[in-house]
Amino acid sequence: MKIVVCVKHVPDIQSERTIGDDGRVVRDGGDGTLNELDENAIEAALVLAETHGGEVVVLTAGPADAVDAVRRGLQMGADEAVHVLDDALAGSDVFGTAAVLAAAIGLVEEEGPVDLVVTGMAALDGLTSMLPAALAAELGIAQLTLASAIDVVEGSDGTRVTVRRELDHATEVLSAMTPALVSVTDQANEPRYPNFKGIMAARKKAVTTFTLADLGIEPAAVGSSGSRTRVLSATARPARENRVLITDDGEAGRTLATYLVDNKLV
Amino acid sequence: MSGSPAGPVLVLLDHTADGMLRPAVLELLTLARGLAPDAVVEGAWVGGDPGPALGELGEQGLVSVHHLDVGVAEPHLTPVVAQALGALVTATGARLVLGVSSFENKEVAARLGVATGAGVVTDASGLELDDDGAAVADKTVFAGTWNTRCVVTAPVAVVLLKANAVQAEPASLVTSPAVVEHVVEIGELALRQTLVERTERAGSGRPELGAAQVVVVGGRGTNGDFGPVEALADLLGGAVGATRVATDEGWIAHDAQIGQTGVTVAPRLYIGAGVSGAVHHRGGMQSAGTIVAVNSDPEAPIFEIADLGIVGDLFVVLPQAIEELRRLRG
Ligand SMILES: Cc1cc2nc3c(=O)[nH]c(=O)nc-3n(C[C@H](O)[C@H](O)[C@H](O)COP(=O)(O)OP(=O)(O)OC[C@H]3O[C@@H](n4cnc5c(N)ncnc54)[C@H](O)[C@@H]3O)c2cc1C
Ligand SMILES: Nc1ncnc2c1ncn2[C@@H]1O[C@H](COP(=O)(O)O)[C@@H](O)[C@H]1O
Repeated sequence: MKIVVCVKHVPDIQSERTIGDDGRVVRDGGDGTLNELDENAIEAALVLAETHGGEVVVLTAGPADAVDAVRRGLQMGADEAVHVLDDALAGSDVFGTAAVLAAAIGLVEEEGPVDLVVTGMAALDGLTSMLPAALAAELGIAQLTLASAIDVVEGSDGTRVTVRRELDHATEVLSAMTPALVSVTDQANEPRYPNFKGIMAARKKAVTTFTLADLGIEPAAVGSSGSRTRVLSATARPARENRVLITDDGEAGRTLATYLVDNKLV
Repeated sequence: MSGSPAGPVLVLLDHTADGMLRPAVLELLTLARGLAPDAVVEGAWVGGDPGPALGELGEQGLVSVHHLDVGVAEPHLTPVVAQALGALVTATGARLVLGVSSFENKEVAARLGVATGAGVVTDASGLELDDDGAAVADKTVFAGTWNTRCVVTAPVAVVLLKANAVQAEPASLVTSPAVVEHVVEIGELALRQTLVERTERAGSGRPELGAAQVVVVGGRGTNGDFGPVEALADLLGGAVGATRVATDEGWIAHDAQIGQTGVTVAPRLYIGAGVSGAVHHRGGMQSAGTIVAVNSDPEAPIFEIADLGIVGDLFVVLPQAIEELRRLRG
């Protein structure tokens, strides 16, 4: 089974994150990291490859330091890494990114069919959670999103993937034959830490770089020029004013009640 | 504000299995009516019979509801909804589609974008039309620490709004909506996945978490005893939420989890008890109107964003607050 895992390099959510005058996330803070939820995606792919045999390719589209994200994937145990790197990618929206990743998966397929594409449930920067469905639509394959549990059964008529997912109002079980895209939540597994062996092995693995030209994508179709939305303004939210911090002296519960009543919150 | 969009504004009418509207849809309809003086708002209803909701839709002044009949296809599958909605966008010439910001609708919007070239904004907290009729949406990002405004530059815009973005109001003129029937042929691509099982969660009797005006949240500090949290929520007519620690421990169902990987809430009042305020959690609640936190650790990060922070034991503070609220209300 050949599995491609899409991973994103994002500003560390514990860091001070900012948006520049161009309306884009500032990505040169040097404290970028592999999107946490993509560790769950990598873990899911590694477990599937370990159980059913096969190889795992980690794929990212992003600026130069995004290579750290696929390197981390290699350290965790992925076999190969692909980085789509092109200046024209800056400012891509979800549709530009989906087109790029789909084309890159197309190139990976030249060495053999891809059975599964695995993604995280959301990138913790934009938090749009749209890429998985957009990518499945681009690729024309089944979409099994927000999986908190994944089950793969190999049969004589092909491989069937079944996932469980928790939505706001319901729990669902979805199923499809491969090729399929699966997005995983943080409930799906506990990502492994790269061990010493993994880190040493990753050093020997090369990262394949594709440009937009390799993918046959016009630069104007992606990046800011291809984006279907444009940020008009971005401002750091002012800190809340008139904040009050009290320590309970035996009266705090009553103070809370009065506060709610006085501020017409009840 | 405010040029008018060409064509109608389509509002995706999320509903329960028995045909009742999800409450947040009423907010969308209210917002859509106010977008432009001559805005034509039409509903899009996928699957089932819209009959049970027509009364409520009439109170929203809706003139027509498009009923998208998907035949034997499963109307809960987001690729099916996306295809049906795409067909309706083409048929009506709509340039603006509104929906509630939920995980399902994000999938619908993504597929609609791929199919129609529409531009999408999710998790919007406000929406206006600019002089050219283009959609301009407000959205907070980075765990609620930045406010952004963005304009959809594509010819068709899909905007998903968070609950509580506006207050739902009835229309000044009550209508009796006409149901326009459409039979949509669902293609093979939308049928590549099947729905094996779907279990709707029974209502808790409390307001829906994502749409509630008041949310009381318990974290690890409750040590598994949600009694005081539930009692305060019930007294305030609010919903009960939780941190991931509390749901992972099995103290409360997973659907109560608030945060970046759970439900996003924007209530008028958020009260957190025994919640540390981890960045993952803050991402789902930081745009609340007023934030109150009760935590025994004065260093808890939640105090950095609390309008009223109380350093104390939740098992002392909450019961006392409940007793005092009862007394004040008589
Ligand atoms: C990828 C990823 C996604 C995540 N997504 C989410 C998410 O969506 N939502 C979410 O909530 N978390 C999420 N988390 C987990 C998050 O990082 C925190 O671990 C979690 O929010 C902490 O929950 P807590 O505040 O209940 O527990 P803790 O951080 O342990 O805090 C408990 C607090 O209770 C206080 N306390 C203890 N006893 C009392 C008492 N008697 N009275 C008053 N206060 C008391 C303590 O002082 C402490 O501050 C995610 C983590 C990861 C890695
Ligand atoms: N630039 C990218 N390169 C590779 N994968 C991505 C990229 N952007 C998003 N993804 C994947 O899509 C998932 C959801 O991201 P998003 O829809 O942006 O919230 C992430 O968890 C990644 O798996």
